[in-house]
Amino acid sequence: MDGILLQILNGLDKGSAYALIALGLTLIFGTLGVVNFAHGAIFMIGAFCAVTLSRLLSLSFETVDPTKTDFLGNPATIKTPYVEAWFGPEFGGALIDWAVPLAILFSIPVMIVVGYVMERGLIKHFYKRPHADQILVTFGLAIVLQEVIKYFYGANPISTPAPEVFIGSFDFGMMLGFDPNVIIYPYWRLVYFLFAAVIIGAVFSFLRFTTFGMVVRAGMADRETVGLLGIDIDRRFTIMFGLAAAVAGMAGVMYAPILSPNYHMGMDFLVLSFVVVVVGGMGSLPGAVAAGFLLGILESFASMNEVKSILPGIDQIVIYLVAIIILLTRPRGLMGKRGVMEE
Amino acid sequence: MLGLNKKDATFLLIVVLLTLFTPIIMQPFAANSGLDQFNGGYPDLMQKVAIFGIFAVGFNILFGLTGYLSFGHAAFLGVGSYAAVWMFKLLTMNVIPAILLAMVVSGLLAVVIGFISLRRSGIYFSILTLAFAQMCYKLAYSVLTPITNGETGLQLALSDPRILDGTNESASLPVTNIFGLAMNSSYKVEALNRVFTFNVGFYFCGIVAILAFYIAIRLFRSPFGMMLRAVKTNQQRMNYMGLNTRPYTLAAFVISGMYAGLAGGLLAAMDPLAGADRMLWTASGEVVIMTILGGAGTLMGPVLGAGVIKYLENIFSKINESVLHSWFHWLPDGLEHAVVWVFARFTGEGWHLTLGLTFMLVVTFLPGGLVEGTRRIKSLMARLRRPKAGRTEPKADDQPSPFKKPL
Repeated sequence: MDGILLQILNGLDKGSAYALIALGLTLIFGTLGVVNFAHGAIFMIGAFCAVTLSRLLSLSFETVDPTKTDFLGNPATIKTPYVEAWFGPEFGGALIDWAVPLAILFSIPVMIVVGYVMERGLIKHFYKRPHADQILVTFGLAIVLQEVIKYFYGANPISTPAPEVFIGSFDFGMMLGFDPNVIIYPYWRLVYFLFAAVIIGAVFSFLRFTTFGMVVRAGMADRETVGLLGIDIDRRFTIMFGLAAAVAGMAGVMYAPILSPNYHMGMDFLVLSFVVVVVGGMGSLPGAVAAGFLLGILESFASMNEVKSILPGIDQIVIYLVAIIILLTRPRGLMGKRGVMEE
Repeated sequence: MLGLNKKDATFLLIVVLLTLFTPIIMQPFAANSGLDQFNGGYPDLMQKVAIFGIFAVGFNILFGLTGYLSFGHAAFLGVGSYAAVWMFKLLTMNVIPAILLAMVVSGLLAVVIGFISLRRSGIYFSILTLAFAQMCYKLAYSVLTPITNGETGLQLALSDPRILDGTNESASLPVTNIFGLAMNSSYKVEALNRVFTFNVGFYFCGIVAILAFYIAIRLFRSPFGMMLRAVKTNQQRMNYMGLNTRPYTLAAFVISGMYAGLAGGLLAAMDPLAGADRMLWTASGEVVIMTILGGAGTLMGPVLGAGVIKYLENIFSKINESVLHSWFHWLPDGLEHAVVWVFARFTGEGWHLTLGLTFMLVVTFLPGGLVEGTRRIKSLMARLRRPKAGRTEPKADDQPSPFKKPL
């Protein structure tokens, strides 16, 4: 029982990341009908927003401390971050410490701009083209974005720690009445899961309870009719693209402490997210979220030693295996609608 | 000739001649002329062009004809490589059994993957093939380590049995050969201030590539090829007419998988090691890029795309900042630095950036690839050459003539 609970918990953070990326992918697909292979790159750019902000905050100037010398006998230099000089060491230090959560605020405008430019600049021209062309051009875009990031940040992963409060783990099992030290769970993963749940809830309620969301849903169902009613649906869809980019970007920001950002992390996640979208059913938002968590949890179950000893290697391939089985038995995915992307 | 019409026969003849004279054609610049770094006439590059040409031609049989976009073709390439290396380890260093086994094994894998994946079409097919390829990649890294040797990659060892070759007394690893003729042996000719390298491995790859290309031409012109095109145009209509298209698409999938396996086997034959990296999905993406860049659905396109990409990859990654400085040294200092900085972003390490940008531009503005590009330039030239007054007169070619057979 405790083992099962532990695996479910372990699967949650990865599942949250899958669900967030898949949610964005599905939003873009459902509104604009575009298969966006560059969505993983957006996730990656989000993670690098966190890196950028933490670097910006820790920009420092050097002062010479004449009382101390370093091991060569030269006067020692002390680095003081500007923020600490401006806001005092306590508040400044806290700012640097909290760089990753703060990066969410920083990333939202950045990602919306990135998404807007991407849609207006490139993807707009591909609505009428076959899906294969859309896949190809966004694949090219993903390569370009990846290389740009690689140029600015180098090829090595950059570790970006979470705020000090969230470093370490806590004994989750104790709270539920299990023995101590059975279910240990890192704080940040719990934060990540809660964050993902909030974002997913926000997106759903935005679509459900606002007029804007209602129009977007109507446009997803029948774009032409909504257009005939005198609503500028294209503009709203562009905004949705920006929103989807922001969701993926925030997912990336928060994932930075779990996985040190490197320039190809987007591609790794993208392949899995596509599998998630397809398993959930192309164009179905609840399907994408459900499949994201499902596959994340399945993956962590498969990495249990008991399972691995029966089926060696299953942890590596379980997602793909499940995807294949679901696609063959339920061709439209778990919650897919009839007539979406069947050709 | 050979079951081809006159146009195709000339085309094939041109390809054959181009292949045979590649070592000369790709060495256009004299040594020490400053441009000699653009020469591509060294064996490694020529072999790669031929091998990836085969890979892309095979991919094109599936994607170009049926429109099924597979994102997992690298799996066949990787499996082909592993099969070939195992043949080198167990049986003989002769390359013929190795590439035969590579084709058989990848063909079998293609039957399995194709049978399952082809139940779906569109993006689902792409994802399914991608999932299978990633599965092969992950398995090769983890569970199948006894067969694939995991991260190190499968390599030859002195202690391998090699039943047919007999015992190996020498202390060095044997080299791949074809009936005693070593693949890495070359015949160098120095003439016209250039060094021409005639490499056995390249000619072997070249001849195999010509054969593969010939089969592809026949396939494109056959009723089977016509059927595949019909699948691309409107599969639903084919089904409504009471025709089961799946055997045709499966056959196309298996053929293209075998081409990929052949390419993988040849890769191993040129350099007998195989790693799981060859199955990574970026490798699948590479063949997609080659095919699209050259022109999907055309005969020459994929070969052209493979050649251009492999050539540029080799040449571009060699151009570093010092080379750029030597090119632009005549510019004023500040400007020189600026120009070199800009160019350095796209060369050397930045080659992938160039590749991605080029690919995006081609997909956006030239969906037919380089082949369509040349066609457009040709028609533009023809239009420019024709005098303006002549345009008002009706042209003889435009009129449908009962005596002329339409093409």
